[in-house]
Amino acid sequence: MAKDSDRRDLFPGALELMILQSLRLRPMHGYALVKHIQQVSGDLLQVEEGSLYPALQRLLRERLLESEAGTSAKGRPTRIYRVTDAGLRHLEQEVSSFEKMFAGITRVLAVAKT
Amino acid sequence: MNSITQLFRRRQRDDDLSVSIQEHIAERTEELIAEGMPRAQAEQSARREFGNVALVEQKSREAWQWPALESILADLKFVLRRLRKSPGFTVTVLLTLAIGIGANTAVFSVLNSVILKPLPYPEPDRLVSLNLDAPGAEGLASFESGLRLSGSMYFTFSEHNRTFQSLGVWRPGTSNVTGFAQPEEVHAVNMTDGVLETLGVPPLIGRWLSAADYDPKNANNIMLSYGYWERRFGGDRSVIGRSLMVDSRQRTIIGVMPRGYRLVDQEFDILTPMGLDPHNEPLAGFAYQGIGRLKPGVTIARSDADVARLIPVWMDSWTNGPGTNPHWYKVWRIAPAFRPLKQEVVGDVSKLLWVVMGTIGVVMLIACTNVANLLLVRAESRQQELAIRAALGAGRARIVRELLVESLALGLIGGLFAIVVAHEGLRLLVAIGPADLPRLTEISLDARSLIFTLLLSVFSGLFFGAIPALKYAGARVRNVFSGAARTASAGRDRQRARKTLVVAQVAMALVLLVSAVLMIRTFWRLRNVDPGFSDAPHLQTLRISVPDSLVSDQVAVTHLQNAIADKLGAIPGVTSVGFTEAVPMEGIDPMWDEIRFEDKSDNHDHPPLRLFNYVSPNYFHTMGTRIVAGRDFTWTDVYGLRPGIILSEGFARSLWGSPAAAIGKRGRQFTGMPWQEIVGVVQDVHHNGVSADPPAIVYWPAMIANPYMKNTIHAPRSVTMAIRTSRAGTESFLAELQQAVGSVNASLPLASVRTMQEIYSKSMARTSFTLVMLAIAGSMALLLGIIGIYGVISYAVSQRTREIGIRLALGAQKSGLKWMFVRSALVLTGIGVVIGVCAAAGLMQLMKSLLFGISPLDPFTYIAIPLVLVASAALASYLPARRAASVDPVEALRAE
Repeated sequence: MAKDSDRRDLFPGALELMILQSLRLRPMHGYALVKHIQQVSGDLLQVEEGSLYPALQRLLRERLLESEAGTSAKGRPTRIYRVTDAGLRHLEQEVSSFEKMFAGITRVLAVAKT
Repeated sequence: MNSITQLFRRRQRDDDLSVSIQEHIAERTEELIAEGMPRAQAEQSARREFGNVALVEQKSREAWQWPALESILADLKFVLRRLRKSPGFTVTVLLTLAIGIGANTAVFSVLNSVILKPLPYPEPDRLVSLNLDAPGAEGLASFESGLRLSGSMYFTFSEHNRTFQSLGVWRPGTSNVTGFAQPEEVHAVNMTDGVLETLGVPPLIGRWLSAADYDPKNANNIMLSYGYWERRFGGDRSVIGRSLMVDSRQRTIIGVMPRGYRLVDQEFDILTPMGLDPHNEPLAGFAYQGIGRLKPGVTIARSDADVARLIPVWMDSWTNGPGTNPHWYKVWRIAPAFRPLKQEVVGDVSKLLWVVMGTIGVVMLIACTNVANLLLVRAESRQQELAIRAALGAGRARIVRELLVESLALGLIGGLFAIVVAHEGLRLLVAIGPADLPRLTEISLDARSLIFTLLLSVFSGLFFGAIPALKYAGARVRNVFSGAARTASAGRDRQRARKTLVVAQVAMALVLLVSAVLMIRTFWRLRNVDPGFSDAPHLQTLRISVPDSLVSDQVAVTHLQNAIADKLGAIPGVTSVGFTEAVPMEGIDPMWDEIRFEDKSDNHDHPPLRLFNYVSPNYFHTMGTRIVAGRDFTWTDVYGLRPGIILSEGFARSLWGSPAAAIGKRGRQFTGMPWQEIVGVVQDVHHNGVSADPPAIVYWPAMIANPYMKNTIHAPRSVTMAIRTSRAGTESFLAELQQAVGSVNASLPLASVRTMQEIYSKSMARTSFTLVMLAIAGSMALLLGIIGIYGVISYAVSQRTREIGIRLALGAQKSGLKWMFVRSALVLTGIGVVIGVCAAAGLMQLMKSLLFGISPLDPFTYIAIPLVLVASAALASYLPARRAASVDPVEALRAE
């Protein structure tokens, strides 16, 4: 669990964004979600369980996600999380605002370099 | 129903969460096994990677909760359960807090009602009291009221000013109401046009007195107070237009003022118009209090300047009569010194109230330190529990929060009980409060007081809760489990917080005790001052006013008063009777003027103003005021208009060196009048209360040729009868008094029937009130301080039992062990005493004005109090120290 020195904290909302995006591809349970983000990011991002579960609960409360009983890959009972319609809409908004912000940052950094 | 489904849902959610997390860890474990790790190690590793399961679960649950409230409620439930389980601790703390917060709330309510709340008139900030300064009028400063306004001043100021919306003058007095079964003396306020407008409160029914009602030829309409209306007319609204016999004159009631309305700070029964003549008022007659309402935006400084400009106008426009110089008053250098009306009403009582508030506040601080000490002990005994919780994943903030929830809960519950205490305390406070406390009827436990209680509860809760919370929240797991706490003696650091608290307590207790003792010594000093009269409990006094409309002839007034005195003297048990315009300390505004002495010609143009009093023969004898030289007046002097003069002793001494030398000297009021011989010198009388120096007094006979109007007689129409009797104050005697006065004239009511002792006590009321408050505060502080020291030492003993056992086993002497504990208490007390003495020396300067005949640095007090404290500390620590010495080493060591 030791943090690599070159790994940064996520900015607020980033974790939720990635959770929603990942679950849009397919509903998953918690552990699978962690694995998925880790793999997709090429090990650049590691989601801490300490943040993941509270974040999942927040999204459930906001009704951006729903959960259902399911079984894990090993056949044991667990909760499968799925994005709701509201979650999809929220994701669209967040992504577009995130992209704007990212574009902005990129431009500023580009100017600073020249 | 809703809460049940909620509960069900929550449980479901929690279960789902646990399932998820369990699966998460299980899957990770299997992955690790698949990578070749042994199962046991894999399980451990998966758990470690996941981190604190309980914490993650809790945080996840919190996502559903309304910002942390639920978990605080859970804490609260837990706290209440724990408090119920230790009733001794809970009751002690709640009682301490209820009394502490309650006392503070009660005093704050008084402070709030008297000082902080605005006056109950519309836009009270614009109200000013029209006080005048006259630095050139020598002697004036020694009288209680300073220079008041005259009727002619009122006319000049109200006509020519540019800064007032309205202004008026008034004077409190008494009137006789007749026509009912019993004649009654009522409190009347005599006022000019402008007074009602200035205060701006409309009448409840009827109308205000209007400008026409103040015409001297036609001043027959009056208004009633709500209280008198209720008492006399049962609140009958048809009272408007009815007539009432006031001072034997028919008056018409035209209005009733609303409940609680007072004229500045004057309670009254009726409001009567002052019929001043706008064309023919003398310059003099400085008898009225003035009030004004400033125009919006005008400052007091501007109105001062405005009226300063009018003083010469006043002297140009009026006269004291033919042959007098109207500009003579220039030497007085009269200047406006207007003050906010509130300041005038509240007066110098604010200092006293702040001192009491400060004192009670300090007691509260001491009480809080004691509670903090108790909480520290409690937290210490919970150290293991807290450490275990920390080990199981409770965050530091979480533990701090729980400790604070506990102390806040204590504070708030204590505050709830405190409201009851405050309610009762307030009644007590108003009852024992100084009789001259202004705005007494406005005192109540209002919203502001309750907010104060709430804030005080919260702050004290945070204050005494923060100390253990900061100390134990971070309790290091290793320390506790290593067993160090159980076997070794306490480290220096563990006792430090409690020791600091004890030092603070001792210092604060010292300050309070010093102030209490200084007050006690002040009180004794005052008691030992010879007031100028003797055996006050056996002196009955009562006031009789003879209105102009009942007896118009001045000589007849004196005859009537003489006849009453004779009748009173004939009552069985009465040994002596006399009367005077005002007995000492009665608070009746003095008459003052100039007097010139034949052989002191250097000061004839502007002699200092002197207090005048008019007395009957035998008055001094009745009061027990010694005649130092010469003789008393006789009735022959009075009726023969042979006005001798009697001077007070100090005055005579200052003029001629000895009382005897004054006899036979001559004086007079104004040039051109016949000289009067000084026939006697009497003992000094503390006319303005024992704490004030006795003023120089000139006594005239009860009837003299009027110095202000030729060929008329001057005799006071309102006099106080003094009756020397062992039956003073008894019910049967009062009935006989009433009968005796009634047999002379049935229309004369008795007023202000009290013994001289009551008048005397009333004048000491402020001092005795302060004394009682400080004494209560001081003894509470001492008691709490002793409990604090006892607590610390006895806790130290219980913590160090093992160490004591070892010491004894190694051959330590019991006396040495006792001394070790007593010494540590004495060191703490010593530090506290040093800090306290410094603080007291500084703070007592603030109390200077409340002290009398004693220095704020009175050496006796500053030596005695520390000794008392050190002795108490020694005793408080000796008891637990003795227990330490009686420890059986075998028992102590076997305990492990």
